[in-house]
Amino acid sequence: MHPVAENIQQVFPEAFQRAVEWRGDLTIHVQREHLHAVCRYLHDNSDMDYDYIVHVSSVDWPDQPERFEVVYEVYSIRRRARIRVKARVPEDDCVVDSMTDIWKGADFMEREVYDMMGIRFRHHPNLVRILMPDDYPEGFPLRKDFPLRGKGWRDTFPFIGEKTT
Amino acid sequence: MGLNTSSNLIQVSRSHDKDGDLGLTLTTIEKAVNWARKGSLWPMTFGLACCAIEMIAAVSARYDIDRYGAGVFRASPRQSDLMIVAGTVCVRMAPVIRKIYDQMPEPRYVIAMGSCATSGNIYDSYSVVQGVDRFVPVDMYVPGCPPTPEALFDGILKLQDEIMQRRVFYKKPPEQVEG
Repeated sequence: MHPVAENIQQVFPEAFQRAVEWRGDLTIHVQREHLHAVCRYLHDNSDMDYDYIVHVSSVDWPDQPERFEVVYEVYSIRRRARIRVKARVPEDDCVVDSMTDIWKGADFMEREVYDMMGIRFRHHPNLVRILMPDDYPEGFPLRKDFPLRGKGWRDTFPFIGEKTT
Repeated sequence: MGLNTSSNLIQVSRSHDKDGDLGLTLTTIEKAVNWARKGSLWPMTFGLACCAIEMIAAVSARYDIDRYGAGVFRASPRQSDLMIVAGTVCVRMAPVIRKIYDQMPEPRYVIAMGSCATSGNIYDSYSVVQGVDRFVPVDMYVPGCPPTPEALFDGILKLQDEIMQRRVFYKKPPEQVEG
């Protein structure tokens, strides 16, 4: 196993689920209750030093019991090393801890995950939609059960006839 | 003998053609006004996607949209006659386009440039408007993905032909029922 994954497994034995290494990319799966602690360790520990957050994304697995998956990709500028941290989230309790207190750059990316997939981030400073309008009525468009053409919102133009000057 | 413009409407006499020529120009006011309108279409930049690149190419020296009097791109809707909607229109952009269209002084014209502005193209999705004509009246559709500058010119020339056939004087403004 990758030495970083081994280290995580030793420090967080109850959080660590498994590690996947594929073509040089290291992915670790952790329990979502401990996701924040693992990320804090990845950021603060001088041997890890993952100081740059590359991306936050999410995956929908509609057939699996824990339906959603939150994916954090972080990078260590000094070590030139990447790691991908995944945590599963069930549909009836779509919450994970926000990483904005660790990496400030997670702010907009977590908002995008919330906007598109409906996963909420606890302690996020401003968890509102970022791509869709604030009053978007149709739910979360990137979920697999969302119809591709939407539910009629794209054909409504309430602004027609409004007085504009 | 006169200098013929494209639609054979304005006869500019040259005083040395024959004696006794008073230099008169005979036409109708409607044709003269339309001729003036079509000769100085000031477009407004509304590039939304890759079609905007072709629109920029049409403006630049190789193609030179200025040959048709439509080269004075304005950044303000209040100074422009023609809105070239170039690119994919998302639903969030739709109120902005409508507001800018409403701010343009009449007479105003709209060209839907490219498949996306015309019909949504392949983007049959929840966030893309299926054609800009759903919320602003479109005078000319330019097909292509993206259209070449020549195709845009064809649209502009056809729009100019159409402008020449328009009525200028109405009892009621004709664009009251749009939308």
